[in-house]
Amino acid sequence: MRPAVSQVWDWLAEVPDPEIPVISLTDLGIIRDVEWQGEVLVVTVTPTYSGCPATAVINLDIENHLLSKGIEHVMLRRQLTPAWTTDWISDQGRDKLRDYGIAPPIDGTAPDGDVMARVTSLTGRGNMAVPCPRCNSNDTRRVSQFGSTPCKASWVCNACLEPFDYFKCH
Amino acid sequence: MPSLPDIMTPDAEGLARQAGQGGAHAPAADADQDAFFEFLLRMGDNALILGHRNSEWCGHGPVLEEDIAMSNMALDLIGQTSLWLGLAAEVEGKGRSADDLAYLRDAWDFRNLLLVERPNGDFGATLMRQFLFDAFHFHQLQALSGSADPRVAEIAQKALKEVSYHLERSAEQVIALGDGTDESHARMQSALDDQWCYALEMFASDATDVTMAQAGIAPDPASLRGVWDETVDAVLDQATLKRPEGSFAHKGGKQGTHTEHLGYILAEMQFLQRAYPGASW
Ligand SMILES: [Zn+2]
Repeated sequence: MRPAVSQVWDWLAEVPDPEIPVISLTDLGIIRDVEWQGEVLVVTVTPTYSGCPATAVINLDIENHLLSKGIEHVMLRRQLTPAWTTDWISDQGRDKLRDYGIAPPIDGTAPDGDVMARVTSLTGRGNMAVPCPRCNSNDTRRVSQFGSTPCKASWVCNACLEPFDYFKCH
Repeated sequence: MPSLPDIMTPDAEGLARQAGQGGAHAPAADADQDAFFEFLLRMGDNALILGHRNSEWCGHGPVLEEDIAMSNMALDLIGQTSLWLGLAAEVEGKGRSADDLAYLRDAWDFRNLLLVERPNGDFGATLMRQFLFDAFHFHQLQALSGSADPRVAEIAQKALKEVSYHLERSAEQVIALGDGTDESHARMQSALDDQWCYALEMFASDATDVTMAQAGIAPDPASLRGVWDETVDAVLDQATLKRPEGSFAHKGGKQGTHTEHLGYILAEMQFLQRAYPGASW
Protein backbone atom coordinates (compact mmCIF):
# COMPACT_ATOMS: atom_id res chain seq x y z
CA MET A 1 0.00 0.00 0.00
CA ARG A 2 1.35 3.39 -0.99
CA PRO A 3 -1.00 6.16 0.15
CA ALA A 4 -0.57 9.53 -1.53
CA VAL A 5 2.08 11.82 -0.09
CA SER A 6 -0.60 14.46 0.59
CA GLN A 7 -2.50 11.89 2.66
CA VAL A 8 0.68 11.19 4.66
CA TRP A 9 1.09 14.90 5.35
CA ASP A 10 -2.47 14.97 6.70
CA TRP A 11 -1.63 12.05 8.97
CA LEU A 12 1.52 13.73 10.18
CA ALA A 13 -0.57 16.79 11.01
CA GLU A 14 -2.33 14.59 13.56
CA VAL A 15 0.86 13.81 15.50
CA PRO A 16 1.18 16.19 18.46
CA ASP A 17 4.45 17.62 19.63
CA PRO A 18 5.27 15.56 22.74
CA GLU A 19 6.16 18.57 24.87
CA ILE A 20 3.58 21.05 23.58
CA PRO A 21 0.76 18.73 22.56
CA VAL A 22 -1.55 21.51 21.34
CA ILE A 23 0.52 21.87 18.19
CA SER A 24 1.30 19.19 15.65
CA LEU A 25 4.65 18.26 14.16
CA THR A 26 3.61 19.93 10.92
CA ASP A 27 2.59 23.11 12.78
CA LEU A 28 6.04 23.10 14.32
CA GLY A 29 7.59 22.93 10.86
CA ILE A 30 9.99 20.09 11.58
CA ILE A 31 8.73 17.73 8.85
CA ARG A 32 10.77 18.78 5.84
CA ASP A 33 9.87 16.15 3.26
CA VAL A 34 7.79 13.06 2.63
CA GLU A 35 8.52 10.77 -0.29
CA TRP A 36 8.17 7.19 -1.41
CA GLN A 37 11.35 5.36 -2.29
CA GLY A 38 9.99 2.10 -3.63
CA GLU A 39 7.99 0.56 -0.82
CA VAL A 40 9.69 2.67 1.83
CA LEU A 41 8.19 5.93 3.02
CA VAL A 42 11.00 8.35 3.77
CA VAL A 43 10.12 11.13 6.19
CA THR A 44 12.70 13.86 6.57
CA VAL A 45 12.72 15.54 9.96
CA THR A 46 14.85 18.41 11.19
CA PRO A 47 15.62 18.72 14.91
CA THR A 48 14.54 21.87 16.74
CA TYR A 49 17.47 21.97 19.19
CA SER A 50 20.38 19.58 18.80
CA GLY A 51 19.98 18.24 22.33
CA CYS A 52 16.21 18.33 22.53
CA PRO A 53 15.17 15.20 24.44
CA ALA A 54 11.84 15.19 22.60
CA THR A 55 13.60 14.21 19.38
CA ALA A 56 13.61 10.48 20.13
CA VAL A 57 9.97 10.58 21.19
CA ILE A 58 9.00 12.48 18.05
CA ASN A 59 10.63 9.84 15.87
CA LEU A 60 8.83 7.08 17.68
CA ASP A 61 5.50 8.91 17.45
CA ILE A 62 5.88 9.43 13.71
CA GLU A 63 6.69 5.78 13.13
CA ASN A 64 3.88 4.51 15.33
CA HIS A 65 1.28 6.81 13.82
CA LEU A 66 2.18 5.90 10.26
CA LEU A 67 2.29 2.20 11.14
CA SER A 68 -1.21 2.54 12.61
CA LYS A 69 -2.29 3.91 9.23
CA GLY A 70 -1.00 0.79 7.53
CA ILE A 71 2.35 2.00 6.27
CA GLU A 72 4.76 -0.82 6.94
CA HIS A 73 8.12 0.58 5.98
CA VAL A 74 8.96 3.98 7.37
CA MET A 75 12.44 5.41 7.29
CA LEU A 76 13.22 8.59 9.19
CA ARG A 77 15.94 10.75 7.83
CA ARG A 78 17.45 13.56 9.86
CA GLN A 79 18.30 16.75 8.04
CA LEU A 80 20.33 19.47 9.70
CA THR A 81 20.44 21.96 6.84
CA PRO A 82 18.75 24.32 6.50
CA ALA A 83 18.61 24.50 10.27
CA TRP A 84 15.14 24.62 11.78
CA THR A 85 13.85 28.09 12.49
CA THR A 86 10.77 29.26 14.35
CA ASP A 87 9.82 31.07 11.12
CA TRP A 88 8.54 27.66 10.02
CA ILE A 89 5.91 27.47 12.75
CA SER A 90 2.59 27.76 10.93
CA ASP A 91 0.15 30.62 11.53
CA GLN A 92 -2.31 28.07 12.83
CA GLY A 93 0.41 26.76 15.15
CA ARG A 94 1.04 30.26 16.48
CA ASP A 95 -2.64 30.74 17.26
CA LYS A 96 -2.75 27.41 19.04
CA LEU A 97 0.32 28.31 21.10
CA ARG A 98 -1.23 31.61 22.15
CA ASP A 99 -4.50 29.94 23.11
CA TYR A 100 -2.51 27.46 25.16
CA GLY A 101 -0.79 30.27 27.09
CA ILE A 102 2.55 30.27 25.26
CA ALA A 103 3.50 33.51 23.52
CA PRO A 104 4.49 32.62 19.94
CA PRO A 105 7.92 33.66 18.63
CA ILE A 106 8.40 37.17 17.31
CA ASP A 107 10.16 36.64 13.99
CA GLY A 108 13.48 38.31 13.46
CA THR A 109 14.39 38.57 17.13
CA ALA A 110 16.87 35.69 17.36
CA PRO A 111 20.24 36.73 18.81
CA ASP A 112 22.85 37.58 16.23
CA GLY A 113 25.92 37.72 18.41
CA ASP A 114 25.88 41.50 18.65
CA VAL A 115 25.57 41.12 22.40
CA MET A 116 26.06 44.73 23.33
CA ALA A 117 23.21 45.84 21.11
CA ARG A 118 20.94 43.38 22.81
CA VAL A 119 22.03 43.10 26.38
CA THR A 120 19.19 44.20 28.59
CA SER A 121 19.45 46.73 31.32
CA LEU A 122 19.63 45.69 34.94
CA THR A 123 15.96 46.44 35.46
CA GLY A 124 15.39 43.11 33.75
CA ARG A 125 13.34 44.76 31.04
CA GLY A 126 14.01 43.25 27.64
CA ASN A 127 14.54 45.16 24.44
CA MET A 128 11.42 43.76 22.86
CA ALA A 129 7.79 43.53 23.84
CA VAL A 130 6.24 40.10 24.05
CA PRO A 131 2.48 40.45 24.46
CA CYS A 132 1.02 38.48 27.35
CA PRO A 133 -0.88 35.48 25.94
CA ARG A 134 -3.50 35.86 28.67
CA CYS A 135 -4.35 39.59 28.84
CA ASN A 136 -2.50 40.79 25.73
CA SER A 137 -0.66 43.50 27.65
CA ASN A 138 2.71 44.57 26.29
CA ASP A 139 3.84 45.37 29.81
CA THR A 140 5.80 42.15 30.29
CA ARG A 141 9.32 41.24 31.27
CA ARG A 142 11.71 38.38 30.73
CA VAL A 143 12.63 36.34 33.77
CA SER A 144 15.07 34.02 32.02
CA GLN A 145 16.30 33.36 28.51
CA PHE A 146 15.63 29.68 29.22
CA GLY A 147 12.49 27.87 30.27
CA SER A 148 10.82 24.53 30.82
CA THR A 149 12.03 23.21 27.45
CA PRO A 150 14.97 24.26 25.26
CA CYS A 151 12.66 26.19 22.92
CA LYS A 152 11.08 28.44 25.53
CA ALA A 153 11.99 31.42 27.70
CA SER A 154 10.34 32.41 30.97
CA TRP A 155 8.42 35.68 31.06
CA VAL A 156 6.01 37.35 33.42
CA CYS A 157 3.22 39.84 32.78
CA ASN A 158 3.36 43.04 34.83
CA ALA A 159 -0.31 43.75 34.14
CA CYS A 160 -2.01 40.50 35.13
CA LEU A 161 1.02 39.22 37.08
CA GLU A 162 0.83 35.79 35.46
CA PRO A 163 4.06 34.05 34.48
CA PHE A 164 4.08 32.67 30.95
CA ASP A 165 6.30 30.84 28.48
CA TYR A 166 7.60 32.56 25.39
CA PHE A 167 8.48 30.36 22.42
CA LYS A 168 11.72 32.09 21.63
CA CYS A 169 12.77 33.03 18.16
CA HIS A 170 15.33 30.61 16.77
CA MET B 1 23.76 8.13 33.45
CA PRO B 2 22.44 9.86 30.40
CA SER B 3 23.19 8.32 27.07
CA LEU B 4 23.95 10.78 24.30
CA PRO B 5 20.69 11.89 22.69
CA ASP B 6 19.28 9.52 20.17
CA ILE B 7 20.86 10.06 16.82
CA MET B 8 18.19 9.51 14.29
CA THR B 9 18.81 7.45 11.22
CA PRO B 10 21.91 7.58 9.10
CA ASP B 11 22.75 11.25 9.25
CA ALA B 12 26.45 11.76 8.87
CA GLU B 13 26.66 8.96 6.35
CA GLY B 14 23.62 10.20 4.50
CA LEU B 15 24.90 13.71 4.51
CA ALA B 16 28.20 12.63 3.09
CA ARG B 17 26.33 10.80 0.37
CA GLN B 18 24.21 13.85 -0.33
CA ALA B 19 27.25 16.05 -0.53
CA GLY B 20 28.72 13.64 -3.05
CA GLN B 21 25.53 13.52 -5.09
CA GLY B 22 25.21 17.27 -5.16
CA GLY B 23 28.67 17.42 -6.67
CA ALA B 24 29.73 19.60 -3.75
CA HIS B 25 33.43 19.64 -3.19
CA ALA B 26 34.22 17.60 -0.09
CA PRO B 27 37.82 18.42 0.69
CA ALA B 28 37.70 16.40 3.88
CA ALA B 29 38.37 13.33 1.82
CA ASP B 30 41.65 14.80 0.64
CA ALA B 31 42.69 16.52 3.83
CA ASP B 32 44.74 14.85 6.46
CA GLN B 33 42.19 12.55 8.08
CA ASP B 34 44.09 12.30 11.33
CA ALA B 35 44.09 16.06 11.75
CA PHE B 36 40.42 16.18 10.82
CA PHE B 37 39.61 13.56 13.44
CA GLU B 38 41.61 15.50 16.05
CA PHE B 39 39.81 18.71 15.17
CA LEU B 40 36.40 17.05 15.49
CA LEU B 41 37.37 15.60 18.88
CA ARG B 42 38.31 19.08 20.04
CA MET B 43 34.92 20.43 19.00
CA GLY B 44 33.04 17.52 20.55
CA ASP B 45 35.09 17.32 23.73
CA ASN B 46 34.79 21.03 24.52
CA ALA B 47 31.02 20.74 24.23
CA LEU B 48 30.90 17.47 26.16
CA ILE B 49 33.02 18.51 29.11
CA LEU B 50 31.49 21.97 29.46
CA GLY B 51 28.05 20.41 29.08
CA HIS B 52 28.91 17.99 31.86
CA ARG B 53 30.16 20.79 34.10
CA ASN B 54 26.92 22.70 33.49
CA SER B 55 24.88 19.60 34.29
CA GLU B 56 26.55 19.47 37.72
CA TRP B 57 24.50 22.58 38.58
CA CYS B 58 21.22 20.76 38.01
CA GLY B 59 19.33 21.03 41.29
CA HIS B 60 21.95 23.37 42.79
CA GLY B 61 21.30 26.65 40.98
CA PRO B 62 20.96 29.79 43.11
CA VAL B 63 17.42 30.34 41.79
CA LEU B 64 15.10 28.09 39.83
CA GLU B 65 15.42 30.03 36.56
CA GLU B 66 19.21 29.83 36.61
CA ASP B 67 19.09 26.16 37.45
CA ILE B 68 16.87 25.60 34.42
CA ALA B 69 19.06 27.78 32.21
CA MET B 70 22.16 25.83 33.19
CA SER B 71 20.48 22.51 32.44
CA ASN B 72 19.21 23.77 29.09
CA MET B 73 22.66 24.89 28.09
CA ALA B 74 24.05 21.54 29.16
CA LEU B 75 21.44 19.90 26.95
CA ASP B 76 22.39 22.05 23.95
CA LEU B 77 26.06 21.27 24.45
CA ILE B 78 25.55 17.53 24.84
CA GLY B 79 23.37 17.61 21.72
CA GLN B 80 26.16 19.33 19.83
CA THR B 81 28.59 16.76 21.19
CA SER B 82 26.62 13.96 19.59
CA LEU B 83 26.88 15.72 16.23
CA TRP B 84 30.61 16.45 16.44
CA LEU B 85 31.61 13.08 17.88
CA GLY B 86 29.27 11.33 15.44
CA LEU B 87 31.15 12.91 12.58
CA ALA B 88 34.49 12.20 14.30
CA ALA B 89 33.59 8.52 14.55
CA GLU B 90 32.63 8.45 10.90
CA VAL B 91 35.82 10.18 9.80
CA GLU B 92 37.90 7.82 11.93
CA GLY B 93 36.25 4.89 10.18
CA LYS B 94 37.02 2.29 12.84
CA GLY B 95 33.46 1.43 13.66
CA ARG B 96 33.30 3.48 16.84
CA SER B 97 30.18 5.50 17.66
CA ALA B 98 29.72 8.92 19.26
CA ASP B 99 28.85 7.10 22.50
CA ASP B 100 32.04 5.02 22.30
CA LEU B 101 34.08 8.18 21.94
CA ALA B 102 32.31 9.90 24.82
CA TYR B 103 32.23 7.03 27.28
CA LEU B 104 35.14 4.76 26.47
CA ARG B 105 38.12 7.03 25.96
CA ASP B 106 40.43 7.87 28.82
CA ALA B 107 41.71 11.28 29.85
CA TRP B 108 44.74 11.37 27.56
CA ASP B 109 42.50 10.82 24.54
CA PHE B 110 40.33 13.83 25.34
CA ARG B 111 41.04 17.01 23.39
CA ASN B 112 39.07 19.64 25.28
CA LEU B 113 40.49 22.94 26.49
CA LEU B 114 41.69 23.03 30.08
CA LEU B 115 39.26 25.90 30.70
CA VAL B 116 36.15 23.75 30.33
CA GLU B 117 37.36 21.12 32.79
CA ARG B 118 37.99 23.71 35.52
CA PRO B 119 35.89 22.97 38.60
CA ASN B 120 32.68 25.00 38.69
CA GLY B 121 33.61 27.05 41.74
CA ASP B 122 30.86 29.46 42.75
CA PHE B 123 28.07 30.52 40.41
CA GLY B 124 30.03 33.59 39.32
CA ALA B 125 33.06 31.52 38.35
CA THR B 126 30.84 29.17 36.35
CA LEU B 127 29.28 32.11 34.51
CA MET B 128 32.61 33.75 33.81
CA ARG B 129 34.03 30.52 32.37
CA GLN B 130 30.88 30.17 30.30
CA PHE B 131 31.16 33.72 28.99
CA LEU B 132 34.84 33.43 28.06
CA PHE B 133 34.11 30.20 26.22
CA ASP B 134 30.83 31.37 24.63
CA ALA B 135 32.52 34.41 23.12
CA PHE B 136 35.10 32.09 21.52
CA HIS B 137 32.60 29.39 20.59
CA PHE B 138 30.29 31.89 18.93
CA HIS B 139 32.97 33.34 16.65
CA GLN B 140 34.43 29.91 15.96
CA LEU B 141 31.05 28.50 14.91
CA GLN B 142 30.38 31.56 12.78
CA ALA B 143 33.58 30.86 10.87
CA LEU B 144 32.86 27.13 10.72
CA SER B 145 29.46 27.84 9.17
CA GLY B 146 31.39 28.60 6.01
CA SER B 147 33.59 25.49 6.26
CA ALA B 148 34.73 23.85 3.03
CA ASP B 149 33.43 20.60 4.48
CA PRO B 150 29.62 20.67 4.20
CA ARG B 151 29.18 18.31 7.16
CA VAL B 152 31.13 20.66 9.40
CA ALA B 153 29.27 23.69 8.06
CA GLU B 154 25.87 22.29 8.79
CA ILE B 155 26.68 21.21 12.33
CA ALA B 156 28.14 24.68 12.94
CA GLN B 157 25.07 26.43 11.54
CA LYS B 158 22.85 24.40 13.81
CA ALA B 159 25.01 24.92 16.90
CA LEU B 160 25.46 28.62 16.21
CA LYS B 161 21.77 29.31 16.75
CA GLU B 162 21.98 27.74 20.20
CA VAL B 163 25.29 29.28 21.16
CA SER B 164 23.98 32.75 20.23
CA TYR B 165 21.57 32.41 23.14
CA HIS B 166 24.32 31.09 25.40
CA LEU B 167 26.49 34.11 24.66
CA GLU B 168 23.66 36.55 25.15
CA ARG B 169 22.81 35.03 28.50
CA SER B 170 26.32 34.73 29.86
CA ALA B 171 27.16 38.29 28.74
CA GLU B 172 24.08 39.63 30.52
CA GLN B 173 24.93 37.74 33.67
CA VAL B 174 28.54 38.83 33.70
CA ILE B 175 27.36 42.44 33.38
CA ALA B 176 24.67 42.05 36.03
CA LEU B 177 27.06 40.50 38.55
CA GLY B 178 30.17 42.48 37.63
CA ASP B 179 28.25 45.74 37.89
CA GLY B 180 26.32 44.48 40.89
CA THR B 181 27.13 44.55 44.59
CA ASP B 182 30.64 44.87 45.99
CA GLU B 183 30.54 41.17 46.80
CA SER B 184 29.40 40.05 43.35
CA HIS B 185 31.85 42.41 41.66
CA ALA B 186 34.75 41.05 43.69
CA ARG B 187 33.80 37.47 42.92
CA MET B 188 33.48 38.12 39.20
CA GLN B 189 36.81 39.92 39.05
CA SER B 190 38.48 37.08 40.87
CA ALA B 191 36.81 34.53 38.58
CA LEU B 192 38.10 36.45 35.58
CA ASP B 193 41.63 36.72 36.97
CA ASP B 194 41.73 33.02 37.85
CA GLN B 195 40.51 31.78 34.47
CA TRP B 196 42.26 34.17 32.13
CA CYS B 197 45.38 32.03 31.71
CA TYR B 198 43.20 29.02 30.89
CA ALA B 199 41.05 30.97 28.43
CA LEU B 200 44.08 31.91 26.37
CA GLU B 201 44.64 28.28 25.38
CA MET B 202 41.74 28.84 22.98
CA PHE B 203 44.03 30.82 20.69
CA ALA B 204 47.11 28.63 20.89
CA SER B 205 47.30 27.11 17.41
CA ASP B 206 49.19 23.93 16.67
CA ALA B 207 49.93 21.82 13.59
CA THR B 208 46.41 20.35 13.58
CA ASP B 209 44.90 23.82 13.49
CA VAL B 210 47.17 24.89 10.66
CA THR B 211 46.29 21.80 8.64
CA MET B 212 42.58 22.43 9.12
CA ALA B 213 42.94 26.10 8.20
CA GLN B 214 44.88 25.27 5.07
CA ALA B 215 42.19 22.79 4.03
CA GLY B 216 39.56 25.48 4.54
CA ILE B 217 37.78 23.28 7.06
CA ALA B 218 38.23 25.42 10.16
CA PRO B 219 39.58 28.85 11.09
CA ASP B 220 42.98 29.04 12.71
CA PRO B 221 41.98 29.71 16.35
CA ALA B 222 44.66 32.40 16.62
CA SER B 223 42.75 34.36 13.98
CA LEU B 224 39.70 34.55 16.27
CA ARG B 225 41.53 36.52 18.95
CA GLY B 226 40.61 39.92 17.50
CA VAL B 227 36.84 39.39 17.42
CA TRP B 228 36.95 37.64 20.79
CA ASP B 229 38.80 40.59 22.30
CA GLU B 230 36.18 42.97 20.95
CA THR B 231 33.28 41.01 22.43
CA VAL B 232 35.01 40.39 25.73
CA ASP B 233 36.20 43.98 26.12
CA ALA B 234 32.75 45.40 25.42
CA VAL B 235 31.13 43.17 28.03
CA LEU B 236 33.86 43.60 30.66
CA ASP B 237 33.61 47.33 30.23
CA GLN B 238 29.87 47.28 30.93
CA ALA B 239 30.52 44.90 33.80
CA THR B 240 33.07 47.33 35.28
CA LEU B 241 35.56 44.49 35.38
CA LYS B 242 39.24 44.89 34.67
CA ARG B 243 40.68 42.77 31.92
CA PRO B 244 43.78 40.87 33.15
CA GLU B 245 47.04 41.89 31.53
CA GLY B 246 48.70 38.51 31.49
CA SER B 247 49.51 36.71 28.26
CA PHE B 248 50.63 33.44 29.82
CA ALA B 249 48.45 30.51 28.77
CA HIS B 250 48.19 27.07 30.36
CA LYS B 251 48.21 24.69 27.42
CA GLY B 252 47.98 20.98 26.73
CA GLY B 253 44.28 20.14 26.82
CA LYS B 254 43.97 20.22 23.04
CA GLN B 255 46.80 17.70 22.79
CA GLY B 256 45.58 15.44 25.59
CA THR B 257 47.60 16.67 28.57
CA HIS B 258 44.98 17.50 31.17
CA THR B 259 44.68 18.75 34.70
CA GLU B 260 43.70 16.28 37.39
CA HIS B 261 40.13 17.57 37.23
CA LEU B 262 39.28 15.75 34.00
CA GLY B 263 39.84 12.36 35.60
CA TYR B 264 37.17 13.05 38.20
CA ILE B 265 34.72 14.18 35.53
CA LEU B 266 35.30 11.02 33.52
CA ALA B 267 35.05 8.82 36.60
CA GLU B 268 31.54 10.11 37.13
CA MET B 269 30.49 10.43 33.51
CA GLN B 270 31.82 7.09 32.31
CA PHE B 271 31.27 4.92 35.36
CA LEU B 272 28.20 3.12 34.13
CA GLN B 273 29.57 2.23 30.70
CA ARG B 274 32.79 1.02 32.32
CA ALA B 275 31.03 -1.07 34.93
CA TYR B 276 28.32 -2.38 32.61
CA PRO B 277 29.73 -2.25 29.08
CA GLY B 278 27.07 -1.79 26.45
CA ALA B 279 24.33 -0.99 28.97
CA SER B 280 21.50 1.01 27.43
CA TRP B 281 17.91 1.92 28.13
ZN1 LIG C 1 -1.05 39.46 31.29
